[in-house]
Amino acid sequence: MIEFHLDPRSGVATYLQIVQQVKEALRLGTIDVGDQLPTVREVVADLAVNPNTVAKAYRDLEREGLVVARQGRGTFVASTLAPASLRHHDALRAGLERWLAAAEAAGLDEESVRALISSTLRETLARRVA
Amino acid sequence: MNAAPLDARGLGKRFRREWGLRDCTLTIPQGAVVGLAGPNAAGKSTLLALATGLLAPTEGSISVLGSDPLREPSVLAQVGYVAQGAPLYRSFTVADTIEFARRTNARWDDELVGDVLTRVAPSTKVGSLSAGDRARLALAIALGKRPQLVLLDEPFAGLDPLAGREFLQLLMDGVAETSATVVIASHVIADIERVCDHIVLLTDGGVRLEGNVEELLESHRILMGPRRPLGEIRGVRSIVRERYSGRQLTLLVLVDGPIVDPSWTIERVGLEELLLTYMAPERLPTPKPPERVPLRWHG
Repeated sequence: MIEFHLDPRSGVATYLQIVQQVKEALRLGTIDVGDQLPTVREVVADLAVNPNTVAKAYRDLEREGLVVARQGRGTFVASTLAPASLRHHDALRAGLERWLAAAEAAGLDEESVRALISSTLRETLARRVA
Repeated sequence: MNAAPLDARGLGKRFRREWGLRDCTLTIPQGAVVGLAGPNAAGKSTLLALATGLLAPTEGSISVLGSDPLREPSVLAQVGYVAQGAPLYRSFTVADTIEFARRTNARWDDELVGDVLTRVAPSTKVGSLSAGDRARLALAIALGKRPQLVLLDEPFAGLDPLAGREFLQLLMDGVAETSATVVIASHVIADIERVCDHIVLLTDGGVRLEGNVEELLESHRILMGPRRPLGEIRGVRSIVRERYSGRQLTLLVLVDGPIVDPSWTIERVGLEELLLTYMAPERLPTPKPPERVPLRWHG
């Protein structure tokens, strides 16, 4: 079962953090069709968050067709975001690890690595849009 | 039926020569968990005392669940209020206190009260409870009548972080059970930012900022970039704060569109930093009431 965590400093609304964590788990295949999400009361008891926020996150996921609420039973994963490409993840991850080793050898620290990755991603996406 | 849990129109309260609250207009949405934030003496307690009919307005009006709390005090049966410091009879036992509350309220939910007080021994004298247990007892009494509106004045004062977190869990569980609207007054934003979906920020007796938390977070960004003369920035409605350090310029801005200039590094802003910025008198923006964005500005 998925466990949520919260970063209040992130500037991302709590309900969005929950939505994003479910989607990420779906993308990575850590939860799959038929799996149950924790109930609203369980998340409230666990994280001390507002139940309306959890309900809103689940409603959003339901609207996107990713989960389905079954009356009195809970919320279940209805479809997956794990792309057909999930089988390529291992190979891509290995490539990324080699790249990270090269970056470390070149003297980049964690922050420089993050900065380089996010700026490259940003620029590549911008080129594609243009 | 669907009157707002709390609605103030031009509400003001003067104490001798000083205004404790002035020109306060706001509507708390049904089912919201509201953070009533602001520095000490900003008017938070005054607003809650007006909402519970403990004070009479000097000007304007306040309506609670559609009723005037002063003229129609029966509405207070639907309101759970915990005043600052959770005042209780110190010589009563926990069981006495609960019994007293049960008899003075028309509606009473023993199960809900029991859930909040699982770890508190009924025979303990209130005076010898820990701060955390005292806060629980006050919360249990406020929730016991299954209120539609819960008003808490600085409930975290005197609680250590663990007790504070437990208090929030119990409160949120009570909200899940009763669907009550909650207003939590606190000068420590970190204590409430986990749970609030709506913010009312008071400064100097006036409403400085009010709105849905998600909309507030979505409409503000931090921009960082090389120092430059400040003109119009595309996508920025107004600059809330500007800071210079060396050649670096950091702005907290209210946005109204995408920031396209690639020389800015753009970051989101957490609720605490956002509210502290609006609290600080160093540089107050003069935003105009926006037409499409559902935020309300005052002051």
